[in-house]
Amino acid sequence: MSVTIEKINYPSVGETVYTGMLGNGLKIYVIPKPGFSSAYAAFATHYGGAMRRFAVGGEMIDTPAGVAHFLEHKMFDMPDGSNALTLFSQNGADPNAFTSSDITCYHFSCTEGFEENLRLLLSYVSTPYYTPETVQKEQGIIGQEIRMGDDSPARCIYYNLLSLLYDHHPIREAVVGTVESIAGITDETLYACHKVFYAPSNMVLCVEGDVDPELVFSVAEEMLPKERRPIPRADYGAPEGLLPLQTRKEERMSVAVPEFLMGIKIRDEVPSEEEGGMCTRLHRRLVASLALRMLFGNSSPLYTRLYADGTLTQDFDFDTDYSAGTAIVLIGAEATDVDKALEEVHAEIARIAREGFDRAYFERIRKAMIGGRLRALEDFDNVCVTLAQDWFDGFCTFDLMDLFWEVTCDECTRWVAENLIPERCAVSVLLPLGDKA
Amino acid sequence: MNITRENLLPGVYLTHIGTDKFKIASLSISFLAQLRRETAPGNALIPNVLCRGSTHYDDMEKLSRRCDELYGTAISPLVRRIGEIQTLGITASFPESVFLPAGENVTQDVIALMSEILLEPSTRGGLLREDYVNSERDKLAEAIRSRINNKAQYSLIRCIEEMCCFEDYAVARLGNLEECREIRYRKLTRQYQQVLSSSPVEICYCGRETPEKIAECLRSALSTLPRGEIDYEIGTDVRMNAVEDDVRRVTETMDVNQARLVMGFRLGEVMEEPDRATLSMFNTVFGSGVTSKLFVHVRERLQLCYSVASIVDVHKGTLFAAAGIDASKASEAEAEILHQLQEVRDGNITDEELEYAKAGILSDLTAMLDSPGAMESFFFSNAIDGSDLTPEEYAVRVREVTKEDVSAVAKSIVPDLFYLLRGEDK
Repeated sequence: MSVTIEKINYPSVGETVYTGMLGNGLKIYVIPKPGFSSAYAAFATHYGGAMRRFAVGGEMIDTPAGVAHFLEHKMFDMPDGSNALTLFSQNGADPNAFTSSDITCYHFSCTEGFEENLRLLLSYVSTPYYTPETVQKEQGIIGQEIRMGDDSPARCIYYNLLSLLYDHHPIREAVVGTVESIAGITDETLYACHKVFYAPSNMVLCVEGDVDPELVFSVAEEMLPKERRPIPRADYGAPEGLLPLQTRKEERMSVAVPEFLMGIKIRDEVPSEEEGGMCTRLHRRLVASLALRMLFGNSSPLYTRLYADGTLTQDFDFDTDYSAGTAIVLIGAEATDVDKALEEVHAEIARIAREGFDRAYFERIRKAMIGGRLRALEDFDNVCVTLAQDWFDGFCTFDLMDLFWEVTCDECTRWVAENLIPERCAVSVLLPLGDKA
Repeated sequence: MNITRENLLPGVYLTHIGTDKFKIASLSISFLAQLRRETAPGNALIPNVLCRGSTHYDDMEKLSRRCDELYGTAISPLVRRIGEIQTLGITASFPESVFLPAGENVTQDVIALMSEILLEPSTRGGLLREDYVNSERDKLAEAIRSRINNKAQYSLIRCIEEMCCFEDYAVARLGNLEECREIRYRKLTRQYQQVLSSSPVEICYCGRETPEKIAECLRSALSTLPRGEIDYEIGTDVRMNAVEDDVRRVTETMDVNQARLVMGFRLGEVMEEPDRATLSMFNTVFGSGVTSKLFVHVRERLQLCYSVASIVDVHKGTLFAAAGIDASKASEAEAEILHQLQEVRDGNITDEELEYAKAGILSDLTAMLDSPGAMESFFFSNAIDGSDLTPEEYAVRVREVTKEDVSAVAKSIVPDLFYLLRGEDK
């Protein structure tokens, strides 16, 4: 084998990662887990719903909304008439796939025949096969999936928020597209997009389980095209500033309790090399995650107060979302009184920006994050998918593990003051049918 | 991996799964109660109220702080419904000592905290706090009302409510809204005391500590558990036949884009001696997973839906086949689902269908050994059934299932009530 496999130990979390890149540009991660019966593999392409317009070989190409997701559905059809889902099931493997705004990920878990399943995964994802008939048939199935999504409060509140935050960024539109947009998809569209985005240089393979790293590398090298193709560049349109277009949108749906989802655009650019480059960006992301946990986590003064007084019916759902070149802080909850909850959120942000976080609280949260981090590592699915996403974002997930000890309390306070600014907030609200606004 | 079971205290059992595979240990403590309309929401509420505050950590902020100090230990209420048994308790997950900076061992502290939450709630005048009870009651009511948010789940609940309207099984996991609204702190305190004294208790630990160490910690922590006469009579009533000769039909409208069809059946006479392996094989061949008849025919061949699946409750003896469809295709989907059931009845099962179903179930069983949560569910279900079937023995039984066995399950099944949730005509 021509590839150098690098072995990296992460003693604080008890993991070892084997990584390297094939001649065709495919990045591979393998995390051996001796003693485990199941193995998991994720084969992902840096291609998602927001990448509708892209440059390849100097040419700009526009595609309808929903192609990435449509491709995901159609990848399982094989030229010999078989279906990859069935083939996996013959081996007792559990296959699936998902499409987000910037990645499409095919994965399986199995307890036997790992090599055979890995070969099948690499083979079906790299073998395009579409006909006008199969495309037409899938339009019906995806049409039902779109309908199902239309009934989902979570999806509605999220896309309403994005339409407040962005003017033209394609992340505004649903990954699945619309019944109208997918009607414009043909077998030719699918072939063209597969060729551009499913080149190994635009993909990553992540494996976790009781497997031999060398085997994974050699099978991938044997099965996949040797040619190293150019990496496509998505065009999300002119950059948009940090201010939202509009600040509030309400919609009524059959939900029991009002819900809100607040979004705040934040900075996430990679600083210059003099300013620390990627390392500084990762540090900033860690600062953001600690600060958000201190503000909205289950032991935060704000949450415990609003839960106790009945304003919130459940936990805050909070996260940072770095997708398709966007960076947003999301804070959501079900609230009996949405306006009161929002007012309190703003007041707490202002208080922290003014007074700073309590140092003892900061130390305690850092301690708590040790458990949280270990918990996240228990889930092979989560580990492999996160590794894939982070690779497309330019770093290795495990490199964050020890960086977070370098974060200081003052940095967290400063991050809140500089980023969680009221003018940058937008809020999407769902109200039950028939309630007064 | 070493699995042991022992009786710790009157009616208190510990299942110990000893393994060093995981970074996080887990421990669940569940009280078992008969599912009844009157008591269900109260039982569902008790763990939530207990998690609001204990004697030492008398509000959520203090409790959460304590969990933060224990390196991000997570403790949460756990309410389940298995057949007509409702279980209530708490579950914890906490880091194994080898992964903590100075090798700290938090096991004993976590068990002490759990028992304090369960046995020493923050009280006023010996009663559960009125403010906590009212606040959690209102949140539970919202949670019950919020079932409409997830149309798939909601339509299934509605089908069960209608189909089993004369049985306790109609009561959903969290109970019904009406009884929930009636809850008051005095009465809930009595219900809580009743649970502590009479409910069988199932504890499940998964992690690196020895059974002796865990048993010792638990015996000491639970030494103040006030036990009275234990109610071992709880169980599930199985109804073999449909409520009426003809299939009952219920159609409801709501503001939805996609219709949901849920077809309810009784498993029938196979429930006289229910065999988990055979029932599970039937369900996998018929409607669970991508090689099932429902997926292959209703979704892939006829493209009637995106989601279609069946679920079998081996405790209650029910089968539900559910699909998200276009309302205009409801009768077509229903006919096809019935046709596929008839195919299984007629023994039209290919060798592949049988083998894929086996491979799928066996793989799930092996994979279960990599998941503390899945193992806990397996052994918990065993405990409720009074079964000591090991995963290995279960696997052997699955391998032995024949087409005739699967077909026999289908022959025994009787349709009872079909439910349709659809959009309003505009």
